[in-house]
Amino acid sequence: MSNKHEFDAGSNVGVDRAPGAESAAGERTLGQEVRGYALGLALAVGLTAASFWVRGTTLVYGPGLALALLVLAVAQMGIHLIFFLHITTAPDNENNVLALAFGVLIVCLIVFGSLWVMEHLNHNMVPMQDLMQMQR
Amino acid sequence: MSTEALRTPPDSPHGGPHTAGADAFGHVTGHGAGGPAPKRIVVGYGFWIFLLSDVIMFSAFFAAYAVLFKNTAGGPTAQQLFDLRNTAAETACLLASTFTCAMASLAVGERNQTWTQIALLATGLLGLAFITLEIREFASLISRGAGPSRSAFLSSFFTLVGCHGVHVTAGLLWLGTMMAQFYAKGFRQDIRHRFLCFSLFWHALDIIWVGIFSLVYLVGTLPQELLP
Repeated sequence: MSNKHEFDAGSNVGVDRAPGAESAAGERTLGQEVRGYALGLALAVGLTAASFWVRGTTLVYGPGLALALLVLAVAQMGIHLIFFLHITTAPDNENNVLALAFGVLIVCLIVFGSLWVMEHLNHNMVPMQDLMQMQR
Repeated sequence: MSTEALRTPPDSPHGGPHTAGADAFGHVTGHGAGGPAPKRIVVGYGFWIFLLSDVIMFSAFFAAYAVLFKNTAGGPTAQQLFDLRNTAAETACLLASTFTCAMASLAVGERNQTWTQIALLATGLLGLAFITLEIREFASLISRGAGPSRSAFLSSFFTLVGCHGVHVTAGLLWLGTMMAQFYAKGFRQDIRHRFLCFSLFWHALDIIWVGIFSLVYLVGTLPQELLP
């Protein structure tokens, strides 16, 4: 076990943690770690089951189904980030959270920007048949 | 003037100027008196940046799928093609493999060779089951004349889901080398850093899959009139 202490000697110098980093020595027991992951798995399974259930049910207002599925997906992504990748809002996690925030910004710009631009393009474009007529 | 007078009074919430900004543990973060972050932190942060760039690439494929979704060129639509039971099975495999990967990282933390190998083998087998299900689905689609060249919708579908499948396949190869390295070289620090990157990669792939099964399969197969 002396080996272990030698390896971990450097890891407690700064208390900032990388995503997925092992916890500082003595912070949590193995049982607590396992319980944490099991809780994450249970939440993820619950949200997945909810997504499939919402998809098949008639209890939810029809036009709201797509939005409900999107919300469930985002919630499950959050669960994965917190329980498996260990991205938290703790002050020692600032770098990772800032990088994540920037990533989310770019993802939103790409996805919603593309949908927005293409929707307007479709809306304003001359229908294909009319275009063919004009070229004759 | 003695140095004593320069010190902050003891009732101040912070210590002296040298410990300003220090946390409850008395460590100074950043490149101050605490020194640079340990290599494990730097490695994890760098790989996290790579993963975010990978996620941004996937977001472009998601955007292409969303834009091209209705352009079926008179061919089969998502409702006619996708089998949600297969998607549920794939999801179960990937979710279970994410959990076994987390168990492997705990076993590595405990320096337990047996449990590390068992957890990694379980992760690999579940990942292999996922890939098998996906390849069967692709083969079935292509045999029904719904290959990637059929329509813009199917091109974007195969690009998005296929790109995720390629990532999982690469992850399986990486997983195999990690098992071999833990077995042959033990729990050396550099190998544990590689494993940290691998576990981040594997968990991130599951996050991408959450987006795929929710938006491509579940929203994609909603009846036409319920789509936004």
